[in-house]
Amino acid sequence: MSAFNPGAFFFYLLAGVTVISAAGVALARNILYSAFALLGTLAGVAGLYLFLGADFLGVAQLLIYIGGILVLILFAVLLTNRIGEVRISNVSSGLIVGAPPAVAVMALCVRVALRTPWPLTEAVPAPTTARLGEAFLQELLLPFEFVSLVLLMALVGAMVIARRAAKEKGVR
Amino acid sequence: MQFELASIFFFVVVGLSVPLVMLGLGWLVRPRVPNPQKLAVYECGEVAVQSAWFNFNPRFYIVALVFLVFDVEVAFTYPVAVVFRRWVLRGQGGFAFVELLLFVAILALGLAYVWRHGDLEWIKATRRDTLDEAP
Repeated sequence: MSAFNPGAFFFYLLAGVTVISAAGVALARNILYSAFALLGTLAGVAGLYLFLGADFLGVAQLLIYIGGILVLILFAVLLTNRIGEVRISNVSSGLIVGAPPAVAVMALCVRVALRTPWPLTEAVPAPTTARLGEAFLQELLLPFEFVSLVLLMALVGAMVIARRAAKEKGVR
Repeated sequence: MQFELASIFFFVVVGLSVPLVMLGLGWLVRPRVPNPQKLAVYECGEVAVQSAWFNFNPRFYIVALVFLVFDVEVAFTYPVAVVFRRWVLRGQGGFAFVELLLFVAILALGLAYVWRHGDLEWIKATRRDTLDEAP
């Protein structure tokens, strides 16, 4: 690499943030720190989406994963049993069980990445959000309304399950 | 667009570095004379009752769950809102509006459901008329 390449620089910066935080998620002894490290991972992935020109996907990742799911995970962590005994919350006793599958999946991913012929398309530096909106109002009209129904089902189902779980805990 | 993203990136860099530099400078300059009162959780005099590591009320989780669904709704509504003016100028604003209204109305049913069941009530036990008592 002779000249300074800003694209490569941004890619390695974002990938580094993602990988280091992911390592934090996996290796932190305290499950709460794992949940917080997930913030870096999700933000790094959002940055990678933006870097690849997928602006709507990147912002949706920020909005839903960081703004919604991460908060949900944090509350779920705060609800775990015996959270007070921090030392037992995230033992790495699964290392012997977990390492072989992890290595196998890694090998598979590397093999796929190296063997697949990646077709290079011309980059389209255009905002995708407006095109998505047009599609929602035209050819994707029915799926768009169907999403609303799916969300409604998800909401009702999640509430039924969560309510029962909350009742079992007896903390009303 | 790449340039706009670069400006966002520099905004993030500046936003992160300003507090880090300020805290770092303070850490370098300030004298360190610790005593038990200073190291207490609430330096202002309130004595901590217990450890903060305890199980929180599941209510937080339920509210976050409801929030997540409407968060996804916002993500889906946003692209339509972006092109809405274009559709109005084309004379098809009514169609786009009705479609969006339908989308929101279906989810409003979900809001009505959780509201009726009292899941949004912060202290639930005080309400007797909720459907929750039904088997």
